[in-house]
Amino acid sequence: MAAWTTLDTMTMARAEENPAREFSDVVATHRPQIFRFLLASTRDVDLAETLTQDCFLKAHRNWASFRGESSAMTWLMRIAINLQKDHWRNRRMQFWRQTRSNAVDLDEASEWLPSGESSQEQALLARERVGQVWQAVDGLSERQRTVFLLRYVEELELSEIARSTGLSEGTVKAHLSRALARVRTELGGRR
Amino acid sequence: MSWFSKFGGRTAEPLNMEPPEMDALDPAVKQALKDFKSSVHAWSEAKYGRERTVEQAVARRSWRLAAGWGFAVVLLVGTLSGGMYAFHERQIEAQAAAALEAEHQRELAAQREIDEAKQVDDALASVDSDVSREVPSAMEPLVQLTKESATKSK
Repeated sequence: MAAWTTLDTMTMARAEENPAREFSDVVATHRPQIFRFLLASTRDVDLAETLTQDCFLKAHRNWASFRGESSAMTWLMRIAINLQKDHWRNRRMQFWRQTRSNAVDLDEASEWLPSGESSQEQALLARERVGQVWQAVDGLSERQRTVFLLRYVEELELSEIARSTGLSEGTVKAHLSRALARVRTELGGRR
Repeated sequence: MSWFSKFGGRTAEPLNMEPPEMDALDPAVKQALKDFKSSVHAWSEAKYGRERTVEQAVARRSWRLAAGWGFAVVLLVGTLSGGMYAFHERQIEAQAAAALEAEHQRELAAQREIDEAKQVDDALASVDSDVSREVPSAMEPLVQLTKESATKSK
């Protein structure tokens, strides 16, 4: 596999010597992606950081039981998705404890522009497009949003999304199709 | 278990390949999805590994705690003062009702006195009229004597 690099081979050799070292390599490799997924899901930097920490804490506790039936990324993503679900469930149950969310609004989230927009006008158009996609994502159900982000932001394979979410590939496809239809409607409606 | 078996399948960063269904999409949607992905990546990169704003979090938590306590105190004071106000109102109402009742009793007693006095007056008046009917006039014996002497002289 072309993606396997010399670094991975070196890490592998080290990992077999020391499981703790192995886990710290997993953290270093996958932490940014888990954080990114949680940030996009929650739009809350503090919450994304906390859930990422929790995810790796949980992964560390269960590292010995990880059999490698799926990739570490899929396994970690599954933990992150479950933590996120637990968080929202707890928040719904304990609504009196936290009355205010730290999630940024859609406009603020859209301010992060892809680099390389050559002109002011292009940047403005890109911002508008990003805002429209955020708007569509905001209207999706929790499951649709998760599937959509895993596919179009994290670019996971359908089989990986299915393993991460515990859904069948058919269900993943159905959720993606609905999410895309929503994005299409949002983009079409604003033009 | 070997490292390969644990980590087989994928690198951490996604391969820079678009999902195959992207080709079938409208160019505008495709572009929007690309922009969205880049935007999320840019945002995440900017925020990842930044220093956590512990002070802010603590301050926010303290503020929330203070607000919670403040709200609880306001609620407690409101409940207590509401209860006291209601109790006070009820006391005033009870006093007013008692005063009204006393006034009513006073009026009834006065009315009773008036009635009793009237009854006494009526009784005395009737006794007076009875006595005045039964007692002969002061000149009655003289009239009688005059009548008798007149018949004798005839």
